[in-house]
Amino acid sequence: MTRNLIGWLQAAPLALVLMGFLVAPIIMIVIVSFWGSTEYSIYPAFQFDNYSYLFASSVVWRVFGATFKYAAIVWVLTLGIGFTVAYFLAFHVRSLTWQIALFLLCTIPFWTSNIIRMISWIPFLGRNGIANQTLISWGVIDEPLEWLLYSDFSVILAFVHLYTLFMVVPIFNTMMRIDHSLLEAARDAGATGFQTLVNVIIPLTKPGIMIGTIFVVTLVMGDFITVRFMSGSQRANVGRLISNDIGLLQYPSAAATAVVLLCTVLLVIGILLRFVNIRKEL
Amino acid sequence: MEQRPLSFYVLAAFFALFVLFLYGPTITIGILSFQGPEGGLTFPMNGVSTYWFHDLFREQAVGDIWGAFRRSFLLGLMVMVTTVVVSVSAGLAFRKNFKGSAILFYAAITSLVIPSILISLGVGLIFNQLGFKVHWATSGFGSQLTWTLPFGLLIMFAVFNRFDKSFEEAARDQGATAWQTIRFVVLPIIAPSLIGVALFGFTLSYDEFARTLLTAGSYNTLPLEVFGMTTNVTTPVIYALGTLTTSFSLLIIVAFLLMVWGMNIRRRRAGSDAGKGV
Repeated sequence: MTRNLIGWLQAAPLALVLMGFLVAPIIMIVIVSFWGSTEYSIYPAFQFDNYSYLFASSVVWRVFGATFKYAAIVWVLTLGIGFTVAYFLAFHVRSLTWQIALFLLCTIPFWTSNIIRMISWIPFLGRNGIANQTLISWGVIDEPLEWLLYSDFSVILAFVHLYTLFMVVPIFNTMMRIDHSLLEAARDAGATGFQTLVNVIIPLTKPGIMIGTIFVVTLVMGDFITVRFMSGSQRANVGRLISNDIGLLQYPSAAATAVVLLCTVLLVIGILLRFVNIRKEL
Repeated sequence: MEQRPLSFYVLAAFFALFVLFLYGPTITIGILSFQGPEGGLTFPMNGVSTYWFHDLFREQAVGDIWGAFRRSFLLGLMVMVTTVVVSVSAGLAFRKNFKGSAILFYAAITSLVIPSILISLGVGLIFNQLGFKVHWATSGFGSQLTWTLPFGLLIMFAVFNRFDKSFEEAARDQGATAWQTIRFVVLPIIAPSLIGVALFGFTLSYDEFARTLLTAGSYNTLPLEVFGMTTNVTTPVIYALGTLTTSFSLLIIVAFLLMVWGMNIRRRRAGSDAGKGV
């Protein structure tokens, strides 16, 4: 009894913040998603107009498709890169000091501004940017490539640039807890390096991969600023639908889209969480 | 030492490319921010100068950079302190497996995975309907906590998963009260990790954009100010601002890392002398 009481007292600050700034906003969004709106104002109502409009629009379906496409492509790329980097750090770097130093080198950008990291791609990818200038001087192309900036390519590049860290960190964390005698056992039993990787390391790294996946998928699906900035407003995802509606003061419509997005994200996470116990894996 | 296999060199090259990919763009705008007064947004460099850094503070058209920085800094400190205190407290609570802890845990995970714009929209709507004014220190502060607290909590889980309970038992056996155990045994042991939580709290707040977008009110934080600039500034002045804020972030990171390092050294000196006797 006292254990529960003290537990709740200690957890109360967290619970209060989450009540006020997570649960209440979600409830508010759900309520407002049934409201109506005119050009200048919103009014309380209980109607399904926002949802029926949402599901009837082919644009919305396409945008949801694009959102999943971004998430899938970025997931594959960040997983490939993140796994390779973590594998190198965990199994090929031999001294702990170097492991920590190189790991920190990978994580430092996480603590700097995303927007500035996006801006910093402009001199690379622009029409007269470094990439085009280099390719032209090498004679690979005659005219500047137009699709480097403000395209799906630049959006995905920026996502990978921003979010690969979220794969590296949890995968590295699980890899560091793999008992090295298992690897020796595999080698003694005659496994090649590749067989050890596939049959021992990858299965044992799954929890880390799952946690990284949760981060990357939710960050990409919920994003609106990267897509807007890196595509020069020429591409759309669900986050941008919401932020456009907000810009037009169409809060009920934005709220309805937000509810559908939230359900989609939670569904994906719910599926992923079945494969991993986050609390145990930290 | 064992001969390195070929795969080591291949992977090392891959890693080097990855680091270049991570840092290359940032370094590029670092260089370009020293463009000459006539220079453009990309290479070639048109002379070398600190013109754009001066420009940043001269031009009124750029906006209130100093004010935005001050607000972001203050907000970062507020979020940092709150995140540390609340995370430690919640971390202690979760060790007890109290009733309903699973619900709170899932709420924290939801807070981590929820698209940021929902928090922004929801908090904005609530303040609007209740007739409150959104302000960075109230609605902005709360919204940012929904992002920093789950990180703090996850770090606390990692910390307490590795925490040796026999230290607490020893303290209790010697007659320490529950509070004394926490104050003189638990907190000093987890102190370096708390610096980590503080670093997360400050930097995540300092760089947060989406959650403050609709909740900061009429006074912008720095990321909002920077974003505003991207839409209407087409000179290297934006690189100068980027270079300055990134340098500031790096400074903060180095300061925190030095703190952890110093703490570990002091601890080793004052720690156990086992094995040194004979």
